[in-house]
Amino acid sequence: MLSDYAPLLLLLALAAAFVVGNLVISEVLGRPKPGVGKKTVYECGMPIRGTARARFSVHYYLLALLFILFDVEAAFLLPWAAHAEELGKAGLVAMGGFAVVLVVGLLYVMRKKALEWDR
Amino acid sequence: MELLFFLLFAGLAIAGAVATVWMRYVVHSAFALMGTFLGVAGLYVLLGADFLAITQILIYVGGILVLILFGIMLTPPDRTERNAKRVIGFSASLVAIALFLAVQIGSVVRWAEKSNLEAPKATAAPIGRELLRPDGYLIPFELVSVVLLVALIGSVFIARRRKAVRVDDSSTAAILAERGTLQQKAGA
Repeated sequence: MLSDYAPLLLLLALAAAFVVGNLVISEVLGRPKPGVGKKTVYECGMPIRGTARARFSVHYYLLALLFILFDVEAAFLLPWAAHAEELGKAGLVAMGGFAVVLVVGLLYVMRKKALEWDR
Repeated sequence: MELLFFLLFAGLAIAGAVATVWMRYVVHSAFALMGTFLGVAGLYVLLGADFLAITQILIYVGGILVLILFGIMLTPPDRTERNAKRVIGFSASLVAIALFLAVQIGSVVRWAEKSNLEAPKATAAPIGRELLRPDGYLIPFELVSVVLLVALIGSVFIARRRKAVRVDDSSTAAILAERGTLQQKAGA
């Protein structure tokens, strides 16, 4: 059972090795000489004003909320997808009914122009 | 091997939780919370709850955390961010409560021997079978989509309601105009 997760573990290990490895290699081979200019967020372009901690438009929050709702839908798709062949047509119809209701919601959202960035 | 991974994931969860209360900046706390969520997801895997683990990553790491981050980004920045002393006192009290409960539970509950338990099986497929079976949980499952639809429409309705505010009042118009320029400045 747990050995089923070996590929996942391998993927995680490779990803971690890639990130850490690249940082270490650039540190070793690059022999960095940090200076004031090099330590800024952007080495070129405009000088930085203020901090990154500014207020963002409330519009992002609506997008995040919509994302979570469709995220939950994806979570419900998963147990069906893991067994789609055995569940067959009846399963497809049941899942279709589930999805159609949410497509109606998506159409409503698009109709309300909630996905458009107009202000 | 399993013990190693248990210690890894449990450590990740606890370290993330401690960092969440310890960090000076709220944004750092939110990112530390990701470690906790991932650690808990790993523990779910070790317990054989594969569906729960995927859901944990999908919804908590993918969704709830983004919501928390957006919530932080929407609030006005606080220069001092957080009173460190109060945080330490609060977390110390939490640790004390947790230790107390752990001792209490540990002395009362009689744990089953691991060798007597059967190995956990994959749960995603059985859950799907039960959810989509007409004499199973099909009706509640379909109702969930309606609940999601209600949440969808409700969130859009509430978030977009300000559009309906009429700006024929000159002072309101001035405030809105000022807010617009402020937002433009923030966006620039």
